[in-house]
Amino acid sequence: MPTDTAAARRSDASGPPLLEVDDVGLRLDRTDVLRHVDLTLRAGEIVTLIGPNGAGKTSLLRVALGLTKPTSGTVRRKRGTTFGYVPQRFAVDPTLPLTVGRFLSLPRRRSRADVAAALDEVGVPEAVDRELATLSGGEVQRVMLARALLRRPDVLVLDEPLQGVDVSGQAALFDLIAQLRRAHGFAVLMVSHDLHLVMRQTDHVLCLNHHVCCRGAPESVSRHPDYQRLFGAEAARALAVYSHAHDHAHDAHGNVVPLDGHASHTDPHPHGKGGTR
Amino acid sequence: MTLPALVQLEFLQRALLAGLGIAAVAGPLGCFVVWRRMAYFGTSLAHNAFLGIALGVLLGIDPMFGIAMAAAAVALLLVALQRQHRLADDTLLGILAHAGMALGLVALSFMEGMRVDLLTYLFGDVLAVSWRDLGWIYGAGGVVLAGLVALWRWLLMVSVHPELAAAEGIPVLAVRLAFMLMLAVLVAIAMKVVGILLITSMLIIPAAAARRFAVSPERMAVAAAGVGLVSVVVGLAASYQWDLPSGPAMVVAATALFALSLAAGAAFARS
Repeated sequence: MPTDTAAARRSDASGPPLLEVDDVGLRLDRTDVLRHVDLTLRAGEIVTLIGPNGAGKTSLLRVALGLTKPTSGTVRRKRGTTFGYVPQRFAVDPTLPLTVGRFLSLPRRRSRADVAAALDEVGVPEAVDRELATLSGGEVQRVMLARALLRRPDVLVLDEPLQGVDVSGQAALFDLIAQLRRAHGFAVLMVSHDLHLVMRQTDHVLCLNHHVCCRGAPESVSRHPDYQRLFGAEAARALAVYSHAHDHAHDAHGNVVPLDGHASHTDPHPHGKGGTR
Repeated sequence: MTLPALVQLEFLQRALLAGLGIAAVAGPLGCFVVWRRMAYFGTSLAHNAFLGIALGVLLGIDPMFGIAMAAAAVALLLVALQRQHRLADDTLLGILAHAGMALGLVALSFMEGMRVDLLTYLFGDVLAVSWRDLGWIYGAGGVVLAGLVALWRWLLMVSVHPELAAAEGIPVLAVRLAFMLMLAVLVAIAMKVVGILLITSMLIIPAAAARRFAVSPERMAVAAAGVGLVSVVVGLAASYQWDLPSGPAMVVAATALFALSLAAGAAFARS
């Protein structure tokens, strides 16, 4: 069974969960996308989903949000819980002349002051009169965060928030998410590829490959054999000492390697030598 | 003959009113077609008008209703097929468009004695528009415009990001269906004005011409309607003056305005 003691301790401390995914299965196109997945999210908690490409991470988010009906199992969202969603891909057709300010005021009208305050909080106050299609990847993510903030969410759901953001901006964006959470106290459910950055803040990691491979606190997950098999021992070591600096830990993901740990990834950068645990 | 004198002719009055009515609806609706990259969807609906005409003849009803029914059926079928996630949207549309057209033509060939002038449907015959047709154009067109206004903010949100819209509680499927049905109705009432082959152009060209000068979705919609209205007037006048087919003349006028907008936009960018 997964190493779940840290989460179990926390769950005793806080109230009923905001979100409870119980034994969920999802079958799309004769493929099992999700099998027997459990997930609990409590107020103020950060839960991160990791896993190789096509492991069902986004599908699980969609099930959690109620966008996809699971084939089996149940999803319970605590009554009155507001979800803020920052989706993965975001490309507006350049023929749509929509400014950021208007976008944030859709479909529900928001006051100019509220919009300005939200954009200020995410660090792009000058974006209000720019057209959506002209924003950079990092700016789009910040605008989407502002949009989520305007909903005053209890849960912020982020699908690979660092995707499309240049490397130098990733750490800043991640710090912003952590800072917003401290200020507003919402829970965070997040999919991320960037194991290295994510681990700094996460309470609970769920490693998904159609089923839950392993789960628990970041350190315990990184030492779990299933995790190492999925991501390679190199990546696991990099994770275990995620405080050291290199930005290529994610290059190895998706490479399923044999248990003996001979990672077959092609990353030319040597991964953290200090990671001997 | 001067323009004021032209407007005295009743058949020209009707033609002008019909064209203006269609342009006023097609402009705003066409903006969404452009924003949502649904140009091919519009064409597919238009192709299926053949099936609608056959249906109309078969049931003994006005081809306009037949076309609206066939177009609505294609829209519903597309939504159903999209749930399969096996074939890309443009493949599905290609199948639906040409299957519907072929089926319609085959069905029409069986109807002996029913001389259907296909050319009229292909290129429209705005000069033959009756007062009754006008009633339908303004009645149905008015309903479509009212629906568009009512759904405006939702439609915009769905155009920006359907997933996000759904996560925020907007009934995305219902909004999409409503939009497709509005397009189906427009195709039906526009058929007499510009003809099956050119309906999509009245949706797309005015919207594209309006883009460079629009600072908000609403202004782009109004500007697109404006470009359409001017195209109708210019096209009809040219059609009368030089004995041109009126539908194509309107589309040529719209295209000229689009070219002008490109040139003006380039000059605007330089200054």
